[in-house]
Amino acid sequence: MEQDKFVTVDYRTIHDVAGPLVFVRNVKGVSYGEMVEVISSDGTNKHGQVIEVDRDLAVVQVFGTTHGLDVKESRVRFQGDVIKLGVSTAMLGRVLNGLGEPIDGGGSIFPEKELDVTGAPINPFMRDNPNDFIQTGISAIDGLNTLVRGQKLPIFSGAGLPGNELAAAIVRNAKVITGEDFAIVFGAMGITRREASFFQQSFAETGALDRVVLFLNLAEDPTVERIITPRCALTMAEFLAFEHDMQVLVILTDMTNYCEALREISAAREEVPGRRGYPGYMYTDLASIYERAGRIKGKKGSITQVPILTMPDDDITHPIADLTGYITEGQIVLSRALHRKGIFPPIDVLPCLSRLMNAGIGEGKTREDHRGLADQLYAYYAQGVDLRRLVAIIGEEALSEMDRLYLRFADEFEENFLNQGDQNRDIEETFEIGWNLLALLPSSEIKRIKTEYIQRYFPGEIVSEEVKEETPKAEGVLQARPVEEESVKSKT
Amino acid sequence: MAGAKMYDVAFVGELRLIGEIIRLEGDEVTVQVYEDTSGLGVGERIVCTEQPLLLELGPGMLSSIYDGVQRRLPELGEKYGEYISRGTVSDPLDRNREWEFIPLAEVGQVVGPGDALGYVQETEVIRHLIMVPPGQGGRIAEIKSGLMKVTDTVAVTEDGTEFTMIQRWPARVARPVVRKLDPEIPFITGTRILDTFFPVAQGGYSIIPGGFGTGKTVTEQTLAKWARADVVIYVGCGERGNEMTDVLTEFPQLEDTRTGLPLMKRTILVANTSNMPVAAREASIYTGITMAEYYRDMGYDVAMMADSTSRWGEALREVSGRLEEMPGEEGYPAYLATRLADFYERCGRAVCLGSEGRVGSITVVGAVSPPGGDFSEPMTQNSLRISGSFWALDTSLAHRRHFPAISWMKSYSLYLDQIEDWYAENIALDWKQVRDKAMMILQKEDELQEIVQLVGPDALPEFARAVLEVARILREDFLQQFAFSDVDAYCEPKKQYHMLKIIVTYYDLLQEVLVKGVTLKEALAIPFRQRLARMKDIPNEEAPEKLALLETEIQTELRKLIRY
Repeated sequence: MEQDKFVTVDYRTIHDVAGPLVFVRNVKGVSYGEMVEVISSDGTNKHGQVIEVDRDLAVVQVFGTTHGLDVKESRVRFQGDVIKLGVSTAMLGRVLNGLGEPIDGGGSIFPEKELDVTGAPINPFMRDNPNDFIQTGISAIDGLNTLVRGQKLPIFSGAGLPGNELAAAIVRNAKVITGEDFAIVFGAMGITRREASFFQQSFAETGALDRVVLFLNLAEDPTVERIITPRCALTMAEFLAFEHDMQVLVILTDMTNYCEALREISAAREEVPGRRGYPGYMYTDLASIYERAGRIKGKKGSITQVPILTMPDDDITHPIADLTGYITEGQIVLSRALHRKGIFPPIDVLPCLSRLMNAGIGEGKTREDHRGLADQLYAYYAQGVDLRRLVAIIGEEALSEMDRLYLRFADEFEENFLNQGDQNRDIEETFEIGWNLLALLPSSEIKRIKTEYIQRYFPGEIVSEEVKEETPKAEGVLQARPVEEESVKSKT
Repeated sequence: MAGAKMYDVAFVGELRLIGEIIRLEGDEVTVQVYEDTSGLGVGERIVCTEQPLLLELGPGMLSSIYDGVQRRLPELGEKYGEYISRGTVSDPLDRNREWEFIPLAEVGQVVGPGDALGYVQETEVIRHLIMVPPGQGGRIAEIKSGLMKVTDTVAVTEDGTEFTMIQRWPARVARPVVRKLDPEIPFITGTRILDTFFPVAQGGYSIIPGGFGTGKTVTEQTLAKWARADVVIYVGCGERGNEMTDVLTEFPQLEDTRTGLPLMKRTILVANTSNMPVAAREASIYTGITMAEYYRDMGYDVAMMADSTSRWGEALREVSGRLEEMPGEEGYPAYLATRLADFYERCGRAVCLGSEGRVGSITVVGAVSPPGGDFSEPMTQNSLRISGSFWALDTSLAHRRHFPAISWMKSYSLYLDQIEDWYAENIALDWKQVRDKAMMILQKEDELQEIVQLVGPDALPEFARAVLEVARILREDFLQQFAFSDVDAYCEPKKQYHMLKIIVTYYDLLQEVLVKGVTLKEALAIPFRQRLARMKDIPNEEAPEKLALLETEIQTELRKLIRY
């Protein structure tokens, strides 16, 4: 193999061209994953990659269209090496195309290193526990679904929902307690020019532009290139995080376009399709992207991923959203109903989750009552939302006093907690709003917060019907209690 | 390739990537490589070892963390850095570590398969028997003692066979036992909804299907932490890297409630995260179960957690797709059900080989990740057909943060009848009655909910509202259990019984006083609700006594309301 590396042979043995695939016959010494140059008869150059070798047949996947390729004249040159990305810290502040070539007219980049974009899996034993709280300034995330450094937390958006705006807000506000700035690696796959310039503008406004690396594969760019874009972005991120000790935030948008590209190639290769025509290996393929987040023992840097995907038809069970949810550590789900109510960010907290939340919160990180407060807000809100359904059938009059309070809680929660416009709330502020909301109901309804914390933080009057564990061991001595106004709770 | 056999291990290319032969066609073979194959080309050299995928079994496995083909991850980390590069090797057992071998067999004794030659104290809790491998034996001519490495010969038979502390066993073949036993002892998990409502027996298998975010992994980890097992094997099959890290950092710190020693002392981790090679993921399940069988053979009760078996099924599908086999349902190979059954049938309670007649068991809890949370997909359905208990995770429960989000309406257990006697003997005679009654209350609530949806709760008669009230207590104060709480994470079966008993008694009393003319409002005015809610926080040891007191108190108080 080694000796072949320096001999580049041009093959004129293209057998057939199908969609983005070129089949080359009579090849020798070609290896799987190798980079390829395809030179068409008019001299234009296209990149490609070997995706299958079968005896003397090589299947090359061409990045870009195969327009203008012919079977007779076009030549194929195997480069003897897998796809690599030249990386350098000088790339911060640059705009690159989906394959990592500069497109901002700022001259070429002198790489410090050439890295294989496929990456290698991190040894699970060498991973470090992600447990540093990241303040995103968004209550629904900080308070209820906390993001930690090294996590991968996708945003499940829908067509027309402000997923990008939310991501931009996170980029704008994100900070860790130590106060370090994040370096941002932005990988765009098949997004429109408008979306791209929205992000660029938003980075520029906040002065973040010189710590951003943008990899842009726009909607009009070759579909197949999208397969490489996120890998280039993550290779860059790994370089910044683990060789230059930076805290890196990776935004990947839009993963739906990536999966479509994957399906396109799979179909061209005539593979057995899985659900909805997506290839059976999509889980593994997505994992090879998402799992490149995390921290490594003994290294200061970290990679936090916020991928954005559009749920086709707002369907969270669609394979793209579904497989993503199975790999990532939680999800932030946007809701069309909340968006219509004019709430920003329209985060539907019930299906949201952050699996690493517990590691990043609590005493010394955020505040000791964080977990309990989050659970309690969840429980009340879920109850309120359930009751709304009931009200739609039987009317509000049929509800008990307490149930109406729950309903009110749900409304106020959306209005005051979720809805925050452009505000950047620090975590204390989020807690305060949360506790104030809890005070809409009597303290006796609180089940998930330790009594100690209720006494410390509950802003309203504390109804003291708490029975302490150390009640006098009743030998018939029963506490004579006035029959209190405890409404009959009949909850669904 | 002449002479190659199915499932022989082969090394491919310059890097010697490990693979297995999965198809023979004339003199052509198909090799499934356990590592990324980028850079491999036509004409690379393949070396067939003419041996199947062998695992090394011996002292030093506990507290270890392996990948799917039994490479030690810490050693790989030391040797090759933080990424898993290709073509790396590591001995499954530490070759340099010395163990104090204490002989049990004597010179002149005739030993057969499974007989103990001696033992080493592997960790403080586990005495590791060095056994005669299946199919071997003879009259002992020499036996050693003292500090030895795993590769040292510990015993020699008269015909010259040497035994070391290592046994090599093909991962895909079940280790033999004398006979299988019926599962009749419950596998105590300390999780109320599981032990009380849907128990699994020792030697049984259980599946937990659920969409993402419903708490499969948390449940698996809770079981790994608290379940009553001597040895726990946790297989992270195609799951998240950070979650494995979580286990890795947490387990050495957590104490086993029974021994007071770190949980890691009884645990083996097999980690093949989702971005590690697919083929090794397929093997990881077999690696896990083979190790489990080995410890079972020593007479231990082993629990194996597989998270998640769906990823394993998908690995099968991927490989099958590449082989261009005719697909079955949803692209899964037609032999999916057979493979699953083969795997699950390797668990069970059994009399192990050896003259001592040791009894050991393997309990498997397999998570299933159905796409879109839809239980009708092939992995869930095929698993259901062979599993003994079914713990259905419910997305709507998870959304309202009811954890563990196991649906009491959809789940079931087939072991109830078999383990009922154990509960009657060890916990309480009326255990089954109390359990059934509680189940009945939940069932009634479910029916009443439909009416409530239509007419509102106030339109219900009082006795029905009492059902709703008690069912709510059951749901919130019994079924919900916080996995990260200090006291409540593990709940003793005795305490579970008492808690349930109180709630059921409360229900009976409510119905009783309602019949005698007391209004529900009056009855509920006595603030027992809060105290029932705090039952969870009573430590296990104090529970029976305190709860018995509470029960009498409820009885007297409620009966006082009756106006004669």
